[in-house]
Amino acid sequence: MEAEKNVEDVAFNILKQAVIYLPDDVKQALKKAYSEETSETGKTQLKAILDNIELAEKYQAPVCQDTGTIIFYIKAGAKVKNLDKIESAVINATKRATKEVPLRPNAVDPFTGKNSGDNTGRYLPVLNWEMVSGDSLEMTVMTKGGGSENVCIGGMIVPGEGIKGVKKFVIDAVIKAGAQPCPPTILGVAMGGGADVSMKLAKKTLLKPLTEHNPDPEIAKLEKEIFEAANMTGIGPMGLGGKTTVLGVHVDYAYRHPASFPVAVSFNCWASRRATARINANGSVEYLTHKLKQ
Amino acid sequence: MATYKLKTPISEEQIRKLKVNDVLYVTGTVVTARDQAHRRALEYFKEGKPLPLNLEGLVVFHCGPVVAKQGEKWIAVAAGPTTSTRMDIFEDEFIKNFKIRVVIGKGGMGKKTTDAMQKYGAVYGAFTGGAAVLAARAIKNVRGVEWFDLGVPEAMWIFEVEEFGPLVVAIDSHGNNLFADVQKTVEESKQKIYQKLGIS
Repeated sequence: MEAEKNVEDVAFNILKQAVIYLPDDVKQALKKAYSEETSETGKTQLKAILDNIELAEKYQAPVCQDTGTIIFYIKAGAKVKNLDKIESAVINATKRATKEVPLRPNAVDPFTGKNSGDNTGRYLPVLNWEMVSGDSLEMTVMTKGGGSENVCIGGMIVPGEGIKGVKKFVIDAVIKAGAQPCPPTILGVAMGGGADVSMKLAKKTLLKPLTEHNPDPEIAKLEKEIFEAANMTGIGPMGLGGKTTVLGVHVDYAYRHPASFPVAVSFNCWASRRATARINANGSVEYLTHKLKQ
Repeated sequence: MATYKLKTPISEEQIRKLKVNDVLYVTGTVVTARDQAHRRALEYFKEGKPLPLNLEGLVVFHCGPVVAKQGEKWIAVAAGPTTSTRMDIFEDEFIKNFKIRVVIGKGGMGKKTTDAMQKYGAVYGAFTGGAAVLAARAIKNVRGVEWFDLGVPEAMWIFEVEEFGPLVVAIDSHGNNLFADVQKTVEESKQKIYQKLGIS
């Protein structure tokens, strides 16, 4: 009972941290973009973004009114007790955060169009489980806005096109998305695995800080190439023109079937919201992304 | 790139002065409407039913806010714009029927809306997507909420605002559309990008 309450409190805290305080790497990237942007209109947009981030922290208000779909990534140590209670604790935390932070209720029944009012419903919040060894529980939350989700895309390229085909797929997606995902965006790109696996990996890779590049130099090179190409489009901040269209690119992959080459692009808006905490076996909690800010 | 400060109700004459890339701040009454409120308003018009308030000369905001209730009073906590393209299917009729003068949103709107803005005298003001607290600070009073049955994001919120902005005039009443201009530049850059990436 006590452990369950702890999980609920920690899930509530990281959700609150995520929607109010943007991670430092994202803030730094936006500041850099502001100093380097040459388009006058683009600069007004980046200025408004930076002002808004400060105001959100000052007034402890969600940085964006679209507090998103709530997605948890849980790394559960195999020796953690009461694993079956975690799901209900996370759901309770979501309901509480909706009321107390507050968050915008964003869970709608596709058939009736009715909003549940508390951000929960069939398969919401989303829970991604990973079983790891040990006795600690690591929880990460991402809250993903609708504007950037609406332009996410998965598809199948001809395997013979190889990495060139991947590059074209990604750059075409960026151009098609234009102003819609609230640029400057962060791109998660993944290939292989299957239609579902590439989509999942593309989204999950958005959890990486912008300062972290793929350890494989070939993939890191691809990340840089896509980054530079996307910033040549001229879409600019909010699609009003300028040189800052993406803040970063993360690439991940899985092995693929010889006949299939799935590619997926997940967009995150500039308000890239994520927070992580770890609960140790003795119940102590470490906030890994947001220190003790709650 | 001139800066304008307008108060509602806004006249057609005032709106015709604005050109794309100008910066606009509005003061007065701003009404939120997303997909559902647009649809319902047009249904009401068709059936000859009056809207909860007269929108003539007012500002429509594509926004689903985060709100909190303090006693009997609603507070706008975070209220940035949503993607406007979803309202493209309604906006020309909306402008024509209700004589609104400013549409606030993000991401821009299409040809049909641009044409209606030219014909009837309205502009599209782009507010920075996600800048929700900046927007909320300019909302001085939540005057009311209508059509609450549509849910918090889709309901019609009536805000009293002071110097709400900066809004970049991205569609003016002379047929200019900044987003379409940018899109054209982007399309033109495509071949250069393909070349750089070694895609033939």
